[in-house]
Amino acid sequence: MAIDLTTHIGNLTLQNPVLTASGTFGYGLEYADFIDLDRLGGFVVKGTTLEPRQGNPYPRMAETPSGMLNAVGLQNAGVEHFIEETYPLLRDCKAEVIVNVSGAKIDDYVAVAERLQERTGIRAIELNISCPNVKQGGMAFGTTCAGAESVVSAVRKAWKGHLMVKLSPNVTSITDIALAAEAAGADSLSLINTLMGMAIDIETQRPKLSTVTGGLSGPAVKPVAVRMVWQVASKVSIPVVGLGGIATAADAIEFLLAGARAIQIGTYNFVDPSVSVKVVEGIEDYCRRHGVEKVEDLCGALKI
Amino acid sequence: MKKYELETVVRVSERYGSGLLHLVLERTDGKDMPEMAPGQFVEVAVDRAKVLLNRPISIFNRTDKALELLVSPIGTATKALCEYVTGDRLRIIGPLGHGFSTQFAAGTRVLLMGGGVGIAPLYYQLRTLLSAGVKAEVVYGNRTAQDAEICALFSGLAPLHVCTDDGTAGFHGLVTQHPATEGAFDFVQVCGPKPMMKACARLAAAKGVPAEVSLENQMACGLGACLCCVEDSKDGNVCVCKNGPVFNTSLLKWQ
Ligand SMILES: Cc1cc2nc3c(=O)[nH]c(=O)nc-3n(C[C@H](O)[C@H](O)[C@H](O)COP(=O)(O)OP(=O)(O)OC[C@H]3O[C@@H](n4cnc5c(N)ncnc54)[C@H](O)[C@@H]3O)c2cc1C
Ligand SMILES: Cc1cc2nc3c(=O)[nH]c(=O)nc-3n(C[C@H](O)[C@H](O)[C@H](O)COP(=O)(O)O)c2cc1C
Ligand code: FES
Repeated sequence: MAIDLTTHIGNLTLQNPVLTASGTFGYGLEYADFIDLDRLGGFVVKGTTLEPRQGNPYPRMAETPSGMLNAVGLQNAGVEHFIEETYPLLRDCKAEVIVNVSGAKIDDYVAVAERLQERTGIRAIELNISCPNVKQGGMAFGTTCAGAESVVSAVRKAWKGHLMVKLSPNVTSITDIALAAEAAGADSLSLINTLMGMAIDIETQRPKLSTVTGGLSGPAVKPVAVRMVWQVASKVSIPVVGLGGIATAADAIEFLLAGARAIQIGTYNFVDPSVSVKVVEGIEDYCRRHGVEKVEDLCGALKI
Repeated sequence: MKKYELETVVRVSERYGSGLLHLVLERTDGKDMPEMAPGQFVEVAVDRAKVLLNRPISIFNRTDKALELLVSPIGTATKALCEYVTGDRLRIIGPLGHGFSTQFAAGTRVLLMGGGVGIAPLYYQLRTLLSAGVKAEVVYGNRTAQDAEICALFSGLAPLHVCTDDGTAGFHGLVTQHPATEGAFDFVQVCGPKPMMKACARLAAAKGVPAEVSLENQMACGLGACLCCVEDSKDGNVCVCKNGPVFNTSLLKWQ
């Protein structure tokens, strides 16, 4: 049986539902020795800002049970560098290249989107309103309905392509933020970004991260992420992209059943650089075993 | 250099007196080890440690069929790794990063300085230098008496100067105080604890010669993708896993 893995996220058509998550996959090229990038549904590149950013001081990571904390703080070379130096290397990739757009001010988000629109063929951006590792902007926009509404509607006016909005789990009611982003013009929602966390070195009695707190990711967050995807997918009418702790095809299928149309893999790329392609194969295999002809039939197929 | 995911099997697992483990790994498919440069490292998946992330370990030696590692049991994963015995399997990712300079004019005099398990990458480096006709001497410092096996490997190839903090073997003192370092050298290459590397960098600066050091920042991916392992350099934050782990000290903000 030939399985149809084609995935539609609004007006975006992917060859399969497997993407890789921003900040964990560099610009794709870092993984080219391990996998054929063309086999992915797509990949989301590192958070890109208007100006270059040096990010937070070292130490920026700490391993935790079944997960890790990071405090990278959006280190990137800026949108100009992306357009001039990186994009030419990615433009012929068969996988969808999605740019994760970050900023401290609404104008910055808009300026990055405008430049990508004018000077690249990028078809989709993921608006990062959920980064816990920067002082200004970032998560501030993603933790109130008014904040989410203001930045999403401003970018919506400037950006004609697909607008995915990445939500923060560090909120009381993620469905309220999701509905606000939808109302402001988002084409899809991706969730979750990292959960705010903290770890202490008891020998030195100091925090393990230079920023004291950081973002938790990896298998430890998966149940929280699945729950949030399920809650959001049952409330909004735009497609949801699920992520948080995915390590295997079985994990990915949980998200699809909970209502995600596609998934992203983050931290696990560090453990196994070819995990993304293994998940594509595993999903296909699952569909075959369960007589599912189109992967999209799994979306929200949860039986309660 | 192309990176690989390699399934390997432990051929030799030898515990030294100091607690260091010497591992000799071969590929399970019997193929040759891919090309690797001295100073590069591999990421090791220590499945039995039940940790999430792989651990970076220097390439101690590479031969056509084997990759050799030297492991110091300091924490969860490295302690678990030290329990691996002949026949056990290990998944390895590598070679990663950029190693030590090896292109020197014949007759160049290189001083290699290793502290503790930091001696690991210097063995492959020494072999590579000698086969290119470069003259090298090794200063090896440790808290207490060294492993005889490691000393035998090095002293079979080049002059080896041993130092211990407690005087139980060789010179009683720091590597930078060893009389051998007073000789004339054209280049210094170092791997060890950061304070020791800084002292070695000052020694090289005093001699007016370049120095390369191998940094051990904490890593998540080892591939230049996560930006967790950065060192604040004169070029801003650079990835130790990708731009290093070996850096010329002129790039670092160590002064
Ligand atoms: C490029 C590179 C090459 C290396 N080569 C070797 C080698 O050849 N042989 C070898 O034995 N080790 C080597 N190391 C060090 C080795 O990777 C660490 O000892 C190992 O990751 C620790 O893991 P663990 O689970 O045993 O310790 P954990 O249980 O994770 O940690 C134990 C303690 O050590 C601290 N710690 C762990 N890693 C670091 C770090 N990078 N910097 C500062 N503190 C740290 C932790 O905070 C904790 O207090 C190398 C590291 C790098 C980056
Ligand atoms: C080191 C690191 C860097 C990250 N950088 C970004 C980023 O720049 N932009 C962003 O939207 N999310 C970023 N994230 C969050 C991930 O994209 C993802 O939402 C999160 O890690 C949960 O997925 P996972 O458990 O599969 O890693 C980063 C995560 C990690 C671990
Ligand atoms: S460890 Fe990920 S960039 Fe160096």
